[in-house]
Amino acid sequence: MAKMHVATTINGEPEEFLCEPHDSMLDLLRGALGLTGAKEGCGTGDCGACSIMLDGRLVCSCLMLAPEAEGRKIDTIEGMAQGETLHPLQQKFLEMAALQCGICTPGVLMASRALLERNPDPTETEVRFWLAGNLCRCTGYDKIVRAVLETAAEMRGAA
Amino acid sequence: MNVINNKWIGSRTIRPDGADKVTGRASYSADTSMPGMIWGKVLRSPHAHARIVSIDTSRAEAHPGVKAVVTAKDIVEFPLDKSVMLGIQDMRWMSRNVLAREKVLFHGHPVAAVAAMSERIAAEACKLIEVVYEVLPHVIEIEEAIKPDAPILHDFLSFEGKPSNIAGKLEHKLGDVEAGFAKADVVIERHFKTRPVHQGYIEPHSALVSVVDGKAVIWSSSQGQFMVRAMTSLLTGIPQSDIRAIPAEIGGGFGGKTIIYLEPVATILAKKTGRPVKMVMTRDEVMRATGPTSGSMSTVKIGATKDGKIVAAQGTFYLQAGALPGSPIRGAAGCAFAPYDIPNVHSTGFDVVSNRSKVAAYRAPGAPIGAYAAECVLDEVAEALGMDPLELRLKNAARQGTKAAHGPVFPVIGFVDTIEAAIAHPHYKTPLGKLQGRGVASGFWFNAGGESSAQVNITEDGNVAVTTGHPDIGGSRASIANITAELLGIDYKRVSVLIGDTATIGYSNLTGGSRVLFASAMVVTQSTEKVIKTLCERAAKIWKIDPEAVVWEDGEAKPAGENAGKFPALSLVDIAAKASETGGPIGAGVQQNTQGAEGGFATHVCDVEVDPELGIVRVLRYTSFQDVGRAVHPSYVEGQMQGGAAQGIGWALSEEYLYDKNGKVDNASFLDYRMPVCSDLPMLDAVMIEVPNPKHPQGVRGVGEVPLVPPLAAVANAVANALGKRFYSLPMSPPRVLEVLDGA
Repeated sequence: MAKMHVATTINGEPEEFLCEPHDSMLDLLRGALGLTGAKEGCGTGDCGACSIMLDGRLVCSCLMLAPEAEGRKIDTIEGMAQGETLHPLQQKFLEMAALQCGICTPGVLMASRALLERNPDPTETEVRFWLAGNLCRCTGYDKIVRAVLETAAEMRGAA
Repeated sequence: MNVINNKWIGSRTIRPDGADKVTGRASYSADTSMPGMIWGKVLRSPHAHARIVSIDTSRAEAHPGVKAVVTAKDIVEFPLDKSVMLGIQDMRWMSRNVLAREKVLFHGHPVAAVAAMSERIAAEACKLIEVVYEVLPHVIEIEEAIKPDAPILHDFLSFEGKPSNIAGKLEHKLGDVEAGFAKADVVIERHFKTRPVHQGYIEPHSALVSVVDGKAVIWSSSQGQFMVRAMTSLLTGIPQSDIRAIPAEIGGGFGGKTIIYLEPVATILAKKTGRPVKMVMTRDEVMRATGPTSGSMSTVKIGATKDGKIVAAQGTFYLQAGALPGSPIRGAAGCAFAPYDIPNVHSTGFDVVSNRSKVAAYRAPGAPIGAYAAECVLDEVAEALGMDPLELRLKNAARQGTKAAHGPVFPVIGFVDTIEAAIAHPHYKTPLGKLQGRGVASGFWFNAGGESSAQVNITEDGNVAVTTGHPDIGGSRASIANITAELLGIDYKRVSVLIGDTATIGYSNLTGGSRVLFASAMVVTQSTEKVIKTLCERAAKIWKIDPEAVVWEDGEAKPAGENAGKFPALSLVDIAAKASETGGPIGAGVQQNTQGAEGGFATHVCDVEVDPELGIVRVLRYTSFQDVGRAVHPSYVEGQMQGGAAQGIGWALSEEYLYDKNGKVDNASFLDYRMPVCSDLPMLDAVMIEVPNPKHPQGVRGVGEVPLVPPLAAVANAVANALGKRFYSLPMSPPRVLEVLDGA
């Protein structure tokens, strides 16, 4: 079967790749593109560990076919920090120990950033429901929710 | 020397591995690739119980892109009549769990594996392997498995002289329970059931193995690189010296990664093909074929006198082992009554096999099951006596000097402190509304010590590189950095902490048993003390004075005694710069079988609200009180407490395996196996109580497992308080809650 050629933008840079029609975007990111920050926890869109942004919308990359990236803009965890400078959410997650094993962390951070872009002043309940698609088995979510709320408050203060 | 001024111990530093984890750079097993790498996939049993008549791999081997196929005949055989133990694991069962030999024993049991150019080709080729099965009757639930006419899984197992699915029994006795119950004014006996639940780590099992010139290198997701090396060696026949097991970052384990699944299979495939082989389980495979913890059937009877003194306790705990023996009966029978000073105890555990995947350790294995039954009965005893449930626990709490039924006499412990803190906490006084209830429960876990190794080196530029041998599953590197910085009197950022592989650090036992910080802090402390001694000697050499006349203070060597003030202090940087001329590189290592891990205790308070229309139990408030010994890094101690509470809430309310009539798991996905999500939970308050372990240089007690012991009963007691009706079976999921409410 002939491979498909896809031209896309990943973390602001133009990118081209060849893929099988049935490849998932997660397969391509983790395989040919070498971006292993997105994790496969389930492959069925239940755990959110593979969360990326597609044209500014939060998606599970395991549920997206790689050819769908054609002409679109993709953002992954690898593009979240600006050079050496961590995103305020990344920094706050470290300060508040909002991760243990860290496998869900890239997905949780992508989802949290997507939330704060839409809602800079979320309530605890809004944070909890927004992150309900990102499973974490280590933390019980407590420190994650606190870190997101605290980051939101700081970012509002800085704005 | 080594006066702890507590600048770093107890401080919430940023973990050394943190930046890698928030930027996606941390390398987990499945993130690793190699040039020329091919993929392995496992063929799994479609039956719950069947004899393997024949396996024909020829069509699969001829399939384009396939490089090799393995079956049980390719791994070392461990005859059924001879036990070979590795730690608590019997290799007879381990080998048959990795690849089925005589029979398949559960749906999803590995039968063969294929290595091919892609994962897809390997999966296609698995379907071409022709296995002839003689399907046998299967049994899933304990109550069925222990019936006299139950299908027997293993001919070689017998109990009381008859073929049986009961694989083992364990008993703890203290005093005379019958005499104890005779003295009691209140005796309550209840029967309980819990369902098997999965550890639920988000990272599936994964292994990448390269074999060159007979030497294997393994990158895998495990709780112990030395366990991986030892088990792979036993199953492949490759000597340990020719296996290098590299601990990748681990994406959760909770006990479930203390055994191997893929590593020996990938090793044999790599050896056969001469190419690196990568194998990654799907979530479906994780749920079907890796260890959950046991489901259980228990009976607990507790007797107390009118004044609230518990005089006797009896427990019988049947635990599912899955298809091969080895359920955690020791945890259930040993921990159930351990928090209390009870003169007469009889606690018995039975290990029961059935056609489910083999259980693996899960956070305080067995203890939550024992505590669930014991703590629910205690609640009813308190009710019957008209006593506050925490006052009842306080009155009977184990203290220093209490003899536990499982053997030890407790040293200094902080159990009473956890109950008193709970009683005094505002949570315990918060008013409750309609259909709301409050439950409490306590719990105990043994905690472990054991083998650990550490190496502490001073870098040429005067910083510190520490290597230990335990996969860091929840922040142990951060704690080790805090301790090393404290002892050396330097900024913690100058300490790097790495987890060595089997070739670069001495033998270190598993990350398990809540042992990692206890044991590694012990060897790191001793190594650092040796380094400090060397630093003082080097300073003495530079000053040409007696080494005894040098002290190490605030990160510097200072002349002391009659030389005090005679020379300017020398920093770590100064001494490191002159290391070569004063005797060579500076560093020290310690390897030890650490002793003195003391048990851990906790008391939890839980508030729930029940929705009578939907049957949903919602946790409103949750507070854990735990004796943590010494919180070297408080954030990660709280993290353990919160994570354990969340897992316990899931166990109590929503998690369970569902089987169809053919013995196949019906809910092998995160969507259908319902672990708590963020919107299911409230904030989980963690109150750390520090009663230092006197047998540890920093006072460390294990903290990782106790948090999962009390929640099942705490939630169940809260639901009972809300509804005025008791559940004796978990999970208290919406359909069950409605059943009980409708039965009103």
